[in-house]
This record gives sequence, structure tokens and C-alpha cells, in this order.
Amino acid sequence: MIACGLIYAVVGVVLFALGFFGLIVHAHPVRKLIAFNIMGSGVFLVLVGLPQRTAGTPPDRVSEALVLTGIVVAVSATAFGLALARRLYDLTGKPRLPNDPRPES
Amino acid sequence: MSFEAWLPLLVVLSSFVTGVLILFVGEEQLRTRSILNLLGAIAKLLLVGVMVWGVFHRYLFETRLPMLPDQDFVLRADAMGMLFVSLSSVLWLLTTIYAIGYLEGSPYRSRFFGFFSLCVTSTMGIALAGDLITFIIFYELLTLSTYPLVVHRGTPEALRAGRVYLTYTITGGALLLVGVVWLYELAGSVEFTERGVLSGVPEIHYPALLAIFAILIAGLGVKTALVPLHGWLPVAMVAPAPVSALLHAVAVVKAGAFGIVRIAYDVYGVEFAARLGVLEPLAWLAGVTIVYGSIRALTQDDLKRRLAYSTVSQVSYIVLGIGILGPLATIGGVVHLVHQGLMKITLFFCAGDLAETLGIHKISEMNGVGRRMPWSMAAFTVAALGMIGIPPIAGFISKWYLGLGAVQAKAYWAVGVLAASTVLNAAYFLPILYRIWFLPAAGEWPKAERDQLETRPTLLVPTLATAFLAFAAGLFAGSRFSPLGWAKLIAAREYLT
Amino acid sequence: MSEVSSASPWMPVLILLPLTAGTLSFLFRRRARRTLLAAALAGIWWSLIGLLADLNDADLLRYPIGGWQAPLGIDLRADGLSFMMLAMTATVGSFISLYALGYFADDHSAGTRFWPLWWFLWGALNAVFLSADLFNLYVTLELLSLSAVGLVTLTGDRESLAAGLRYLLAALAGSMAYLMGLALLYGAYGTLSLEGLAGLIRPEPANALAASLMTVGLLLKTALCPLHFWLPPAHGSALPPVSALLSALVIKASFYMLLRLWFEVFPAGLTDVFTQGIGTLGTIAIFAGAWLAFHQEKLKMLIAWSTVTQVGYLFLTFPLAAASPSTALTALSGGVYLAISHAVAKAAVFLAAGAMLKVTHEDRIDRLQGVGRHLPISLFAFATAGVSLMGLPPSGGFVAKWLLLTAALSTGQWWWAVVLVLGGLTSAAYIFRVLRRCFLPPSKHAVFHPVPLVMPLTALFLAGIALALGMSAVFPLRLLERSALLVAGAVASSAVAP
Repeated sequence: MIACGLIYAVVGVVLFALGFFGLIVHAHPVRKLIAFNIMGSGVFLVLVGLPQRTAGTPPDRVSEALVLTGIVVAVSATAFGLALARRLYDLTGKPRLPNDPRPES
Repeated sequence: MSFEAWLPLLVVLSSFVTGVLILFVGEEQLRTRSILNLLGAIAKLLLVGVMVWGVFHRYLFETRLPMLPDQDFVLRADAMGMLFVSLSSVLWLLTTIYAIGYLEGSPYRSRFFGFFSLCVTSTMGIALAGDLITFIIFYELLTLSTYPLVVHRGTPEALRAGRVYLTYTITGGALLLVGVVWLYELAGSVEFTERGVLSGVPEIHYPALLAIFAILIAGLGVKTALVPLHGWLPVAMVAPAPVSALLHAVAVVKAGAFGIVRIAYDVYGVEFAARLGVLEPLAWLAGVTIVYGSIRALTQDDLKRRLAYSTVSQVSYIVLGIGILGPLATIGGVVHLVHQGLMKITLFFCAGDLAETLGIHKISEMNGVGRRMPWSMAAFTVAALGMIGIPPIAGFISKWYLGLGAVQAKAYWAVGVLAASTVLNAAYFLPILYRIWFLPAAGEWPKAERDQLETRPTLLVPTLATAFLAFAAGLFAGSRFSPLGWAKLIAAREYLT
Repeated sequence: MSEVSSASPWMPVLILLPLTAGTLSFLFRRRARRTLLAAALAGIWWSLIGLLADLNDADLLRYPIGGWQAPLGIDLRADGLSFMMLAMTATVGSFISLYALGYFADDHSAGTRFWPLWWFLWGALNAVFLSADLFNLYVTLELLSLSAVGLVTLTGDRESLAAGLRYLLAALAGSMAYLMGLALLYGAYGTLSLEGLAGLIRPEPANALAASLMTVGLLLKTALCPLHFWLPPAHGSALPPVSALLSALVIKASFYMLLRLWFEVFPAGLTDVFTQGIGTLGTIAIFAGAWLAFHQEKLKMLIAWSTVTQVGYLFLTFPLAAASPSTALTALSGGVYLAISHAVAKAAVFLAAGAMLKVTHEDRIDRLQGVGRHLPISLFAFATAGVSLMGLPPSGGFVAKWLLLTAALSTGQWWWAVVLVLGGLTSAAYIFRVLRRCFLPPSKHAVFHPVPLVMPLTALFLAGIALALGMSAVFPLRLLERSALLVAGAVASSAVAP
């Protein structure tokens, strides 16, 4: 029987890939930050799921601690990024990075 | 550490400290700067005097400082190095006096004299370096400290000359570095030793040693201005006259030639190099350079450019002396290191005197100048005749020993090169002398002020001093402490088996 | 060396001291800035000396924070390499701090924001160099990136905000890639400590995937070509003291992690394809970076592109160290020594450039005409540090090049020797492009503004250190040899290579 830990891990990898794709493709800084958070969630799922990939393994306290720390770091980075994007929008009036060749989405 | 262990470092530091202090002296503090300059030069001369005496009596002066885990920074005084050190420290004093007079009132003098001293520091380091890595350090430092002097005037031509100079010398330095690292790989740590250190390398590495020799000579040949690597030297003529003196007589081309001497005698060892078969191509290269430089000199109307091509030709006499196997040719080549310096610096001083006093830059403007500036032109005549090889001036001694060496080694083509070069030397110097002394002046010369010499004493005295030295080096060649006596000592130590 | 490892309480001090100073400088803003700086610098240097004394007795120092052992607690660890990086940070950091006192003397708002961020950055750097496990490295690297981005956006103008946001997004992407690799490794082995993993890890596809993810993340943060796109705008648009510490120190942290990761944790993964490939990327960075540096109009952009080329050199360490057991140490020493010399020299160059820009009020190379007359010390510092960047003697850059060249030629990899030598020539081209400008006489309407003397002087001292690194390399190189695990890993990596 496949443990749900492994399912988490596989879903995590998919989310990571999706997030990475979004980070590259989108021009809007807020979309990029959301994409980054999706990547983060993917990683956290892997971090929790992979150590419990075989059924019946007790939950791994260490990985939970790691994820908790990771979430804190990701939240603060996101807040900082949002503040920067907001300030840039105030200055330029455009919700995107200057010199970005992509068309506005 | 004892005095013996500090002396080589002190010799290097005496000009280094002077240079750094001068760089931070304010532009207007003329007196402080001149005092610093002269104190440094005189202190160095005294230290070198002690060292010459010591080396003659076989004292060992060696500074050894740890630099890399398995590599020391080595400064050592040996007979060969002392020849170069003495030449540079005597000429440094004279050139400094000359430059103080030459640059009177021009801007950026602190920068000029600062880098001038650093340049002499590098020369001292090159002469005293005890192994190849120490040699490289100072060799590159020389490139860097001469660049500000070449571009000193800040004109577009000066900047262009600087770029050409850097392109040539930095590329040469890079080649040298590759050769040295490769040599270290094959031979382990390489210290300069009389009669060389490579004869123990197994035969399987001989092709590599050949390649390394070629790379090293290419790297050093840039500064030596061996054809076809000489292109920077005539271009660098835009620099002020004391700088040309420095490039041509005291430091740069000499550093290259001295490096070739070190590689051939103290790394490969002249007999091992002959066995490898690398000496003969070297001698041919020198022969080609000698003839080519002289031919190009013939057609130059700009005085300093003619002198520059003459340098291209004359410096290769040193290389020719190395390329011909045998003690007599060695003596001729090594002694020319000093003789060429004395004669060529006199010529450049005279060119500077003419430019500063009368605004003359071209040979065609020199008609009758002998009557206006008899002393300077007498000095010019002595040096030019010496270059041609008229006895008893120094140049004759070099050519005599080179010729004898060529005959001894049965390299008769080299005798031909010497003869051809002498004819060419005469062909490009004698017309100048004729113009100076026998043609009437085109117009009135600007008059010298009453009760004054023909030019500033700071310009005239060094010129006469170097001319006298060039004369004395030939006349008293038999003395034990003459350049020739010293060269004989070196040859004895290189060949004695 | 009486024991293999021992505890040293100086390690947490080295991390907590800058963090405390950062908090205090945030709380007290302008008051007591100088006192705080003096106290913190004294404390940091004192702790470094203490750490060095402890390293004399043992090759590897450890400290479990709060007595908690890994995996739940945080382990600190120091060896010769860590000490070298800490000392590099402290040297460059001290001079940049003094410079900043002068630079921000007339700009209170940017100055107030500078100090807390700079102290946090310093704390993060020290923490990176003392961390003993991959996760702790992640957290400290993240703190480093966030403070670095904050510093880039210090002026709050459009250009620096855009550069900062781009930098932040690149850094975050890099962090996530690194964290994913870490998650895979943790899932497979249940531990994240460097030493624990080093004993367990085997060359198999899953580990290769994890290592590649982590490597890509770190390469992005080190700005190896083609992942360098964020660096020139960030380093070029920041204020000079900030550019100096970004170029000198911040990128070295992720390079340090790459060295640990590959040579200590995963030496068996250093295949020829990988090392030659990463060396090729380095080569592209060296030449493309130099080309772009040469064609910049702005002085700071030129220096920023020069950082891209120097990063390229750093990565030649990989093919050279992994080629033969006999030269592994030589190449590794060359790489680390290059990182250290570059830090000192590049900081000097940026600080000197900062003084020149403050004097001319314009960031254009063609406005530097005659600047030497007003700032002879800065110009001299720029030229002297330039010598080290060109790899010419006598300088730390030359020693590094000598070591790398030796390794290249004795392992028969002559192509890397060619790259090293030609690379030096290209850096000479762009450095002299700046220097020759300064020899021209000043143009008539040029206006020069005065700067505090501390600005040229700090640059001069750093340039002097860059030269001194070339004259006495014995002590630092001997210390590097005291990084037993790293050296052993490097030797092992070449032993398994076919």
C-alpha cells in the first residue's frame, strides 16, 4: 500500500515544478511571488512526506521543525517582496519590472 | 637575521621607500622631493658599493622570506646581478639629477618621481632575484611602474604609446609566467645557480624543455625588443627624455636581456643549453635583430626614433654573446649590458638637452649645433663613436670580445653580422656628427643667458658624467673593477669546470 | 593539535555580536553609532583571535547552541577554511564600516537604514561560515539574501528598487531549488549534518538530482554565467559601500557552500563531465564578462561585470581540484585564495570608485579625467587593487593564479592554463581602460567636490592588504590545510575519477 506520505511528496514535486514555471513565465511581480509560494509549499510537502513514505512510520518531528522554520522564512521573504513590488508600482505606475521584454498580462 | 641577510632587501627597499614617500609628497614641495630623491639614490649607491666589494670577496648576501608554503622569496647578490645593480644604481642617481632639471616646472612631478623610483626598485629586484618566481614578481612590477611614466604627458600619442607598451609587455609577462610555471612543474623549485640546474632532468623531458625555452625567450624577448617583438620601443619615444633613458639604458630592455642571460646561464646552464641546441637559434635571432634594427635606424629623421632603432640593434649584442658558446663571447655580451647602457643613456640625455634647450627633435635640424652646445655635442660624439666601435671607447671592447668569441666558436657568420652592423652604425651616426660639427647652422640659435652654460647644469652634468664613464669603461677596461674585469669574473664562474 | 575536535564558545559570539549590534543600531538610530561600531569591531576581532587560538589546539571546533544536540538543536562548526572566510569578512567588513561612517556622514536617511541591515548581513555571513548542517545553511543564506536585497534598495529610487526586486526573485528561486534538494536528501538519509551525510551519501541518480538542485540554486546566488543576469544591475545600482560588500562578501557565501557541498559531502559526484562543464561555464563568464565590462559607460557597472568574470575564475577550482590527488590541495588553495583576494581587492576598487564618484558626482568613466589630481590616494588604491584583479604580482590574485596554473599544468589540463592566462589579459584591458582616463588632464568645466579623508584611506588599506596577501601567503595557506574534511574529500574525489 502506498503511504500517504509518498503521495504528499509526489504532489509536492508537481507543485514545485508548477511554481517554478510560474516564476519564470509571469511578468507581474505579485504573480511571481505567488508562484514562489507555490514552490515553497511543494518543497514543504516533500520535506514532510518523504521521510514518511513507507506506511506506519511515526511522524518525523525534525522535518516538522524544518518546515515550520521554512514557512517563517518564506512568509517574511514574501512580505518583503510585496513591499518592494508595491513601492516600485508607486514609483513607476506599472505592475512589472522595467526592461521586461514580455507583453503585459 | 644578520647584515648579510638584510643587505639585498635594503638595496631594493632604498628606492621603494623613496618612491612611496614621493608619491605622497605634495606637488609643490619641490625641495622635500629632491632631497628624498637624492638621499635614496645615494643611500642605494653606498649599499651597492658594500655589496660589490663583498661579492668580489665571495661573501654571500642572501635575503630569504617565506612566500608560499614551498616557495621562498629570494634576493641574492651574485657577480652577474651585481653588474646590473651597479649600472642601474649609478645611472639612477644621474638620471634623477637630469630629470629634476628636465621636468622643472611641469605638472605631476610627484607622480613621475614616485613611479621612477618604483621602476628602479623593480630593476634592483630583477637583478637580485634569486629564483624565477622572484624574478617574475619584479619583472611584472617593472611593467606596471613604467606605464605611468610612458603616458606621463597625457597626450593622445602618449596614451597610444602606453596602450601599445602594455599590450606587448603584459602579453610577454603572461608568456613568461606560463614558461616558468611549466619549468617548476618539471624541475621542482628553480633557483638561479651558476652553470644551471637543469642538466639532471631526465632525457624524456627534453622536448618540453625546448618548448619552455622558446616560451621564456618569447616572453623576455618583448622587453629585450627582439625582432619581431620590438614594436613598442619606437612608439614609446613620446615619453619624456629621462623616461627614454630609463627604458633604453637602465631598466626595461636591460631587464629583458638580463632575464635571457639568467635563463641561459643560471637556469639551463650554457653547456646544457648548447647540448639542447637552443643557443644557435638564439644567436641567429640576435643576428637578425642587430641587422634589422640598424637598417631601420638609417631612415629615421626623428632623433629619438633613430636612437630607439639603434637600441633594438645594440641590445641584441648581449643576446648574441649568449648565443655563441664560449667564455670570450660571454664576456663580450655581458659587458655590453653595461657599455650599451652608458653610451645609450648619454645619447638620450643629449637628445633631451637639444629638445629642452633649442627645441630640436629632428636630425635635419641639427646642422651646426656643435658650436652652440659644444659640451653636450662632444658627449654625443663620444657615445656615437663608441656605438660604432671606435677604440678606446667602451663599445669597442664589447665588439672586440664578441668578435674573438665568434672566431673561437667558429661562428664566422657572427663576425659578418658584427662587421655589417659596424658599417651600418657608422652609416647612421657619422652623418649626424657631420651635421653637428661641419655644416653651417640654418639660422641664429636662441642665445644662452649671459654667464650661463649652454644649458641647465642639471642637464649638462649627468650628460658629461655618463659620457666620461663610457670613455673610462673602455680606456681602463684592464682594471679589475671595470665592467670588463667584472664580466671576466662572471665568465670564469660560469665556465670553470 | 592535541585533539581532533574541541568546543569553542567564540563561535556563537561571532554570530550574536553583529546581530545584537544590528538590533541596537535599529533601536538607537543615529545616537552612539560610532561607539557601537567600535565596540562591535573590537568584540568581533577579539573573538576571531580567540577562535584562532582554539584552532591551534584542534583541527575542528564545535559548539552545540544551548546544549541541544543535532538534529533538533543547532550545531556550529569551524575549521581552517571557516576561519579564513570569517577573517576575510571581518577585514573587509571593518574597512567598509569605517568607510560608511564617512560616506553616510551627509545622508542621514540612507545611513540610518544602512547600519541595521549591514550588521544583520555580517551576522548572516558569519553564521554561514560556522554552520554545520545543510538546513542551517539554508536559513542563514536566506537571512543573507534578504539583508543584501534590503541594502540594494537603500536609496529607494526606481532603478535600485527594480534591481533589488529582480535580485530578490532570483535569490528566492535559488533558495527554493536548494531547499528542494535538501528535502530529497533528508528524505533519503534522515540527516542534514555535513559530516553525517559525507559518510552516508552514495553516487546514485536520486542523490545526483538532489545535488544538482542544490547546485543550481547556489550557482544562481553566486551568479555564475548564465545565472548572473541579476548581479550587474544589483551591484551596479547600489551605493558604493553596499556594492563593495555585495561583490566582496555575499557571493562568496554561496561559493563557500558549493565547496563544502561538493568536496566535503559529495566528492564521489565530481565526475569529469560535471567539473569540466562547470569550468566551461566559468570560462564563458570570464570572457563574456570581461567583454561586457570593457564596454560599459558607467564605472560601477564595469566593476560589477568584473565581478562576473572573477566568479568565473572561482569555478575553475572544480576541474583542477578534482583531477589528481597530488594537486587537489593546490587547486583548492588556489580557489579559496582567489575568493579571499578578490574580496579584498574588489572591495578596495568599489570603495575607491565610490570616492571618485562622490568627487565628480557622476557615474561615468569619461568624467574621470583629472580625478587623480584630486584623489591621488583613491586612484592609487584603485590601481593597486587592480593589480590583484589582473592576477599580476605581487598580489593575492597572483598567488591564486600561480596555484591554479600549477595545478592546471601538472594535471595536463593545459586548456585551463590558457584560460587563466588569457583571462588575466582581458582583465588588464578593462582595468587600464579606467586608469588611462585618469592620466588625461582635467577638462575645464569639471567640478570636483570634497570627500572625507576616511574614504580614500580605507580603500588604500584594503588595496595594501591585497598586495600583502601576495607577499606572505604562507600563513593563510597553512591554515587552509587545516580543513581536514574538505581536503580529504578533494583528494578522494580525484582518486575515484576515471
